[in-house]
Amino acid sequence: MIRKESAANEIEGIRNMGGKRVKEIQVAEIILAIEKLCIESNYNLGVDIMRGFKKAMRDERSPLGAAILERLIENAKVAEEESVPMCQDTGMAVIFVEVGQDLHIVGGLLTEAIDEGVRRGYEKGYLRKSVVKDPFDRINTGDNTPAIIHYDIVPGDSMRLIVAPKGFGSENMGGIKMCKPSEGLEGAMRFVVDTVDRAGGNPCPPIIVGVGVGGTMEKATFLAKKSLLREVGRHNPEERLARIEEELLNRINRLGIGPQGFGGVTTALAVNLEVYPTHIAGMPVAVNIGCHATRHKEIVLQGRIGR
Amino acid sequence: MSEALRIETPLTQEKIKGLMAGDNVLISGVIYTGRDAAHKKMVEALEQGADLPFPLNDQIIYFVGPTPAREGQVIGSAGPTTSGRMDAYSPKLIAEGLTGMIGKGLRSQEVINAMKEHGAVYFGAIGGAGAIISKCIISAEVIAYPELGTEAIRRLTVKDFPAIVVIDHCGNNLYEIGKEQYRKP
Repeated sequence: MIRKESAANEIEGIRNMGGKRVKEIQVAEIILAIEKLCIESNYNLGVDIMRGFKKAMRDERSPLGAAILERLIENAKVAEEESVPMCQDTGMAVIFVEVGQDLHIVGGLLTEAIDEGVRRGYEKGYLRKSVVKDPFDRINTGDNTPAIIHYDIVPGDSMRLIVAPKGFGSENMGGIKMCKPSEGLEGAMRFVVDTVDRAGGNPCPPIIVGVGVGGTMEKATFLAKKSLLREVGRHNPEERLARIEEELLNRINRLGIGPQGFGGVTTALAVNLEVYPTHIAGMPVAVNIGCHATRHKEIVLQGRIGR
Repeated sequence: MSEALRIETPLTQEKIKGLMAGDNVLISGVIYTGRDAAHKKMVEALEQGADLPFPLNDQIIYFVGPTPAREGQVIGSAGPTTSGRMDAYSPKLIAEGLTGMIGKGLRSQEVINAMKEHGAVYFGAIGGAGAIISKCIISAEVIAYPELGTEAIRRLTVKDFPAIVVIDHCGNNLYEIGKEQYRKP
């Protein structure tokens, strides 16, 4: 009896960390949010990209290139109006989760909840199931799971969920190079531009070019991927890096690849660069290419005071 | 953009000779879907001397894996997938009589050589425009490899399917021509 009471006190103590009651979130709420974001991100083009298309139409010198941009705008409108996916490659569900460290997740396991949300969203939204269980045997899992989940612990008591379905036409054209420090900024830029040049029309240009420089091998590729979430037209807040983004965009749009690779001056709508401290002996440079839809939708879920 | 040429399938050698890289076309008639897994199976069937799901002669394969259709829809979103992944298989199918491929993205020199040798055309459809492309598909029926799901072979009837001749039977390549025209040092 005494022991039971002390255990209860201990739990109460944890609930009242620092005199603050811990907020809770039910996994059921997370499942519904993921389901909705999977569908929305595949049906509705971002307003930033639509703005980018319209600007590119004014600048594009190739008549065929301009006609393609017009078709892409029409495609986005039809997808939204008729609630159908913009593209048949509805992607592998890449999900970024920022969990406030003062939030308690209840009712089940977070990773399982996210996969359940993906399973429901891809079924209900008539999205294509494009995931195979094993890279060698290649048998489809039938429900587009597992998702690729990136967790981050952040201050606060809410949870931010970002769903970014990634098609493999663009994913296949990325690359990483462990550059030597002596190659410098010029070497890093050359690798980025060469990667885009080699990709040609494969990743469905006009593309968004995500670039991650520094850290370790996996950190650089993660930064490149994460940078694709940035609003098109918004530069890195650091002036020096914003100038590098501009220079890269300029060089890429001089390649001549153009919309769909048929020639033109609109090869990329944006270059997003993120950097991170790295080792004295290295300079990893990663490029992750996003297609002209570069889909992502997000929501912030607030925790509630627990019982 | 130039006025579109209307072409009807089957895509005979005579029709191929009238198509040049950069031409805008509207394709009508029967075409077949096939992507990675179906190509692998077709080439394995050829190597074993087995029958193919459909005779390749003068036919077009569209590299696509559509999304599931809603009730009342013929097909879901159905834009082209990256053709380069079919490069390992396409020359064998072209040698068997295939005359057209619809996809997006670069092709290998081996594919282009086979196209020149046997007479075939590579068309580009707009990648990522699956919602509007599906409107040109008026019927769809799975005819082989149903176990592959989205990758199964479907017989499609299309009406005015918009495409661009990317590589013609002489090997002229719009990807090279277009890039050259707008490339700046």
